[in-house]
Amino acid sequence: MPNPGPEADSPCPPRQRFGGLFQNPLVAIGGTLLGLLLLVALAAPLLVSSGILQNPIQQFPDGLDPDGMPLRAGGRFLLGTDNLGRDVLSRVILGTRVSLTVGVAAMLTATLIGVAVGVLAGFRGGRTDLLLMRFTDMNMTLPAILLAVAFAGVMDGTPHHLHPASLPWHWLDLRLSRGMLSLCIIIGLVCWPGMVRVIRAEVLTVKEREFVMASRALGASDLHLVFRHILPNILPTTLVVAVMLTANTILLEAGLGYLGIGVPPPAPTWGSMVNDGQPYFITAPHMVIAPGVAIVVTVLAFNLLGQGLQEVLNPKSRK
Amino acid sequence: MLLRLVVRLIGAGVTLAGTALLTFILIHAVPGDVARVIAGSKASPEVLQAIHTRLHLDEPVWRRLGWHLSDLAHGDLGRSYVTEQSVAEAILIRLPATAALAGLAVTFWMLIAIPLGALTARHPGGWVDRSVLVLSTLSLSLPAFWLARMCQYWFSYKLGWFPVAGFRGFGHLLLPAATLALLFVGYYARLIHTHMAEVLNSHYVRAARAKGASEGMTLFRHGLRNAMIPVVTVLGMDVAGLLGGVMFVENVFALPGIGTLAVQSVFNLDVPVIMGTVMFSAVIVVGANLVVDLLYGWMDPRIRSA
Repeated sequence: MPNPGPEADSPCPPRQRFGGLFQNPLVAIGGTLLGLLLLVALAAPLLVSSGILQNPIQQFPDGLDPDGMPLRAGGRFLLGTDNLGRDVLSRVILGTRVSLTVGVAAMLTATLIGVAVGVLAGFRGGRTDLLLMRFTDMNMTLPAILLAVAFAGVMDGTPHHLHPASLPWHWLDLRLSRGMLSLCIIIGLVCWPGMVRVIRAEVLTVKEREFVMASRALGASDLHLVFRHILPNILPTTLVVAVMLTANTILLEAGLGYLGIGVPPPAPTWGSMVNDGQPYFITAPHMVIAPGVAIVVTVLAFNLLGQGLQEVLNPKSRK
Repeated sequence: MLLRLVVRLIGAGVTLAGTALLTFILIHAVPGDVARVIAGSKASPEVLQAIHTRLHLDEPVWRRLGWHLSDLAHGDLGRSYVTEQSVAEAILIRLPATAALAGLAVTFWMLIAIPLGALTARHPGGWVDRSVLVLSTLSLSLPAFWLARMCQYWFSYKLGWFPVAGFRGFGHLLLPAATLALLFVGYYARLIHTHMAEVLNSHYVRAARAKGASEGMTLFRHGLRNAMIPVVTVLGMDVAGLLGGVMFVENVFALPGIGTLAVQSVFNLDVPVIMGTVMFSAVIVVGANLVVDLLYGWMDPRIRSA
């Protein structure tokens, strides 16, 4: 190293680190895939309204063969039809919107909780740390999908009383119905624990760096330390973890859709499409294959991007 | 060592108690009308009321929590709303199939991941390393329910190599276990790679090479043994994730295991069974972590004294 200046303990300043991201092949592939998916998701309603794509929830009379079975791929319906005579291609494409929206929103929810808990535990230390980490461990012992199922069972639109039923305080009633919003909350609520450990470990190292010590010695408040020094310095790690987490939230959304407790029908979601196709698997495998491939491609894009970002932003893991 | 054990045991107890509370709040405090689920939508009000009385559904939440916790402490997970079977019994009957499936799956993926991780760490940056990286990312991206269907379609239905579904012996476990292994092998190959690369850079590996130890000896005796310690920790934590995968795979292959039980109970809104499977998985995860903690002392003499 020719010039070990005052910034010697940070491999290179943040601005440089974010430049040239796309030189990493993983970032390039993942980013491109993701860009294409975003484009498709944004353009989908336009494609439908301009007539290029079929209506995803319309049941076409000519979408079923004379025996009432789904049509194979090819012809008017490029990827065939499903058991109700709906166009599989347009349902897969419209499904991108649900998947990305729920996936990203759930990731943001989980990241918010995960970073808050991780920073609090790492920065405060002591008893707070012990308590928060125990709570995190508790959440880690439950399989995310089962926990999400339990949450989803709660959200069936019936009012829940937060007070003894004998008291007439109906303004305290809580009514949660199943839909995109509650799905984002559910998935966010079960996904944050995996994040805490990474964030906490990062905070613990940043906390001991000289510039943080110096700032503290100069009388900076805790809030100042957290927002001016800790958070900006854990940003690269948070970004990597968040991108990889999105892969998981999308998988979880698909899993819940498959179990029939995702976004309610007739909305096109990939998980529910796989579920719909199962009884017809032998005669119409495209009903299961097409949405599954869509899930794999989307999740793969996020995983590749996360992997690549880690190589670029975390030089220690680059070998 | 004894002190360590006691501290760990207390910690595990606290975690489990918290989990019990959490699952109760989650599921029991806010049920849909369970009586209607049991008796069906056409049931008369008298029948509904009878069910409410029998299951104490009209009692205040805190009293039900008290009963629930004391039952749990006695190992009683309650009875299924739908089949009237004891939940603990239902889980125990299905445990062998699930345990065999999970055990076989772990064996499969470790047998593949260890050599892959070790080799890619030995020659980093080469084409083998890069392709293993991409393939393992792909394996991370597969949805369990879909992969299980695909494997079933191609290997059982089209090629006829394996039985399609059901459970009548060891052969019926092979494809489901291979499916599960496919889902996890990528992650573990990378994990082993990372820790192996770290270990191969250490002084003691350099010392071993300097004294003329053979490459195989260095890799497996010095490298792998140290690299596996953090991997075993992750494995202990991963039991929860494994159970999630097991749930889908068992369901697709119609294996009579705990995963199938969980899925059925979700469809039936069978609250005691859902809660029972969640509690069961919590016990397994906490137990696995405890075992891993104790294994540490055996695997890594440096920790024994601490």
